[in-house]
Amino acid sequence: MKSIVKTGLGVVLALCLASCGNSDKKKDEDGIRLNDYGSPGTEKVEKKSSAKVEVDMSNKGVGPIKSVSISSNIDTEMAKTGSEVFSKMCTACHKMDKKFVGPSLGGVTERRSPEWIMNMILSPEKMIKEDPIAKQLMVVSNMAMMANQGLNEEEARAILEYFREHDKAN
Amino acid sequence: MKRYISLTILGIIGLILQSCGNQDSASKKSGAITSNAAERVYVAPGEHDEYYAFLSGGYSGNLTVYGLPSGRMLKEIPVFSQFPTNGYGYSEETAPMLNTSFGMVPWGDAHHPDISQTNGELDGRWIFINENNTPRIARISLETFETEEIIEIPHSAGNHSSAYVTENSEYIVAGTRFSIPYPQEDMAIDKMKGNFKGPLTFIAINDEGRMNIDFQLDMPGFNYDLSHPGRGDSHGWFFFTTYNTEEAHTMQEVNASQNDKDFIAAINWKKIQQYVKDGGGEEIEAKYAHNVFDHHTQTATSTIEKKVLRVDPRKVEDAVFFMPTPKSPHGCDVDPSGEYIVGNGKLSTNLTVHSFSKMLKAIENKDFDGDAYGIPILNFESTLAGTVKEGGLGPLHTEFDGKGNAYTTFFISSEVVKWNLKTFEVLDRQPSYYSVGHLMIPGGNSRKPFGKYMISLNKITKDRYLPTGPELEHSAQLFDISGDKMELLLDFPTHGEPHYAAGIPAEIIKSKSRKIYRLDENEHKYAAKQESETRMERDGNEVHIYLTTVRSHFSPDNLEGIKVGDKVYFHVTNLEQDFDVPHGFAMIGANTSELLIMPGQTKTIIWEPKREGVWPFYCTDFCSALHQEMQGYIRVSGKNANVPLKWTLDDEEIK
Repeated sequence: MKSIVKTGLGVVLALCLASCGNSDKKKDEDGIRLNDYGSPGTEKVEKKSSAKVEVDMSNKGVGPIKSVSISSNIDTEMAKTGSEVFSKMCTACHKMDKKFVGPSLGGVTERRSPEWIMNMILSPEKMIKEDPIAKQLMVVSNMAMMANQGLNEEEARAILEYFREHDKAN
Repeated sequence: MKRYISLTILGIIGLILQSCGNQDSASKKSGAITSNAAERVYVAPGEHDEYYAFLSGGYSGNLTVYGLPSGRMLKEIPVFSQFPTNGYGYSEETAPMLNTSFGMVPWGDAHHPDISQTNGELDGRWIFINENNTPRIARISLETFETEEIIEIPHSAGNHSSAYVTENSEYIVAGTRFSIPYPQEDMAIDKMKGNFKGPLTFIAINDEGRMNIDFQLDMPGFNYDLSHPGRGDSHGWFFFTTYNTEEAHTMQEVNASQNDKDFIAAINWKKIQQYVKDGGGEEIEAKYAHNVFDHHTQTATSTIEKKVLRVDPRKVEDAVFFMPTPKSPHGCDVDPSGEYIVGNGKLSTNLTVHSFSKMLKAIENKDFDGDAYGIPILNFESTLAGTVKEGGLGPLHTEFDGKGNAYTTFFISSEVVKWNLKTFEVLDRQPSYYSVGHLMIPGGNSRKPFGKYMISLNKITKDRYLPTGPELEHSAQLFDISGDKMELLLDFPTHGEPHYAAGIPAEIIKSKSRKIYRLDENEHKYAAKQESETRMERDGNEVHIYLTTVRSHFSPDNLEGIKVGDKVYFHVTNLEQDFDVPHGFAMIGANTSELLIMPGQTKTIIWEPKREGVWPFYCTDFCSALHQEMQGYIRVSGKNANVPLKWTLDDEEIK
């Protein structure tokens, strides 16, 4: 356990150093200037863009999915089902075109392996505890825990197909 | 900066790894339970518990009373919600307690109980509790365990940072969790920033416990989350955590977490009190209910108040400051000495501990880092006493044992962590089942905590008890904290959702607990203090029935002359003068609750008979061997009938 922890932390540390360069609008730490108070207005709060989490297509995550066979073509029927399930069960927290509660999911199939995506859907608790990328994503999402929506493998697979279709078209 | 974020993430991840074993099924069953735990929570039949624990009922709107260490529930005290069990909020005497400027509100969301103090120690006179939804504060007598007073908080929304009391019970506070226009007005929601406000209300308490709003501080429109008074040297100050200093009006889940730091507002209420005494502040329109229960008449009255004094904090010199505190702080806790102010940054792993003496110095040196709407922001480093590093994940609340230790709950990593107040070192950690919110050490919010037991109030129950469908009661856990390590002794289910709790040694209040209400002190307008006073009186279609109960009959028990369409008032007086002999009263078809009447009390419900016939009423509380015989009949005649009023007992007219 200890050695895993160390290795994990090492990896994460490296990732963070590489990726935390986003400059905030406000000064942080010591010279605090939290906001522009006293200037009433409607300006939108500029969202802290979540630190980028590295692309990793080899990590399969942890959970029930060990391997997924993917054809080069899109199964449009399956993608349609996936789109419906996604719309019903996921859009309260995820959008395809912007970060919402959780990360934006446009292009996710180019950042994560198919197994990782399905494991994240099917077994978020385990992923948050054990998968380094999932952990990091939780931290950059203000500690919002991804909810287990009780989907089955077939539904998760269909959502994956929908993501593939989306990413192919965009 | 880079380094800082990386380290934070590292810390967090480390903690996740560390804590992920907590909920494994293997360790879950036993936890860290000690072998003789059963003995240590066992209170033999007939014996009393050592402590009272008052747990807020959350969305039950009420306050539940438990004994510690047994975890036995002793009572539910109705406060903000109707309680058909005894008629609270239904009876004519108590319905005014639930009156508000919005009319009768039959439900409330009770949050943080706090016991009155003298010289910083629990005095056991009253317990106060706040209502979050329709902002109110209630005062409950610890002699009668009944709600005596409820005051509505005007110009407030989400009264969360409440109901904490100062060390001589001078003030109790109410904050505004949801910033709002002040005073309310019709405006576009997205104009919130800079236009909404977060008024903080200071309610003075007099020697009889009577609450009156002294002043309202017109604070910037942040969310004021929790608060605690200073004590010892910091007596005279009050501290409030804030979040959403971003002033986001939508998706706060994301948008209120953009600033790395929010504030703890430090308020020198003594200065403001003086300012107000000297004529400062401006009176503004307000509308709020003030409901008081009078023990002599046994009746509550509700008065609608029209004014409140608004104070601009910028006009009182050196009275209000902001201390930057990382990661959307939730709990704002002050240690028994009054020196340390703990900000529990709920999206963090660390605890930020501010020093009161350093704060004073920073104020003196004008060590400011800008201002927020004209209120000086103190330099973060200047007030910082230390940081408790990597205590856990998602700290929420901290309590103290009076022996130099603090105990903090961590919601996300689901544990209670003990740390040293001088070194800020973590000394021990124990898992909670699951996701602990508040914790409570009796007297933990005073100068003199009783550091023997601690209870954690857990937000998620899951599999801890036999399953009861999707809806579960919340769970509390009792720890022995008298040793170096916390020892888990007991799980017990609670009622509603206990947010905070307050505990007190039983010996402080036990001997003062009322046993009966004396009949000779009963000044209820409709009391019948002996059977010869029982009667019926008609006034148009209103009929007042003066009824008495004694083991085991009503007087009168045969009543005639009631007509369909009448409005019948049953004024029931319990003539018993012995401990624990209540009588109940239930009338078939009454569109209200029963009455449960303590010895010497008078209570009233209304019945509007809809059908002709002879209808029974009876006693609902098993009062004697002849309880089943304790009943009466009422004859109901047609609307235009001419049956005269007639009331008898044993077929004799009552004189």
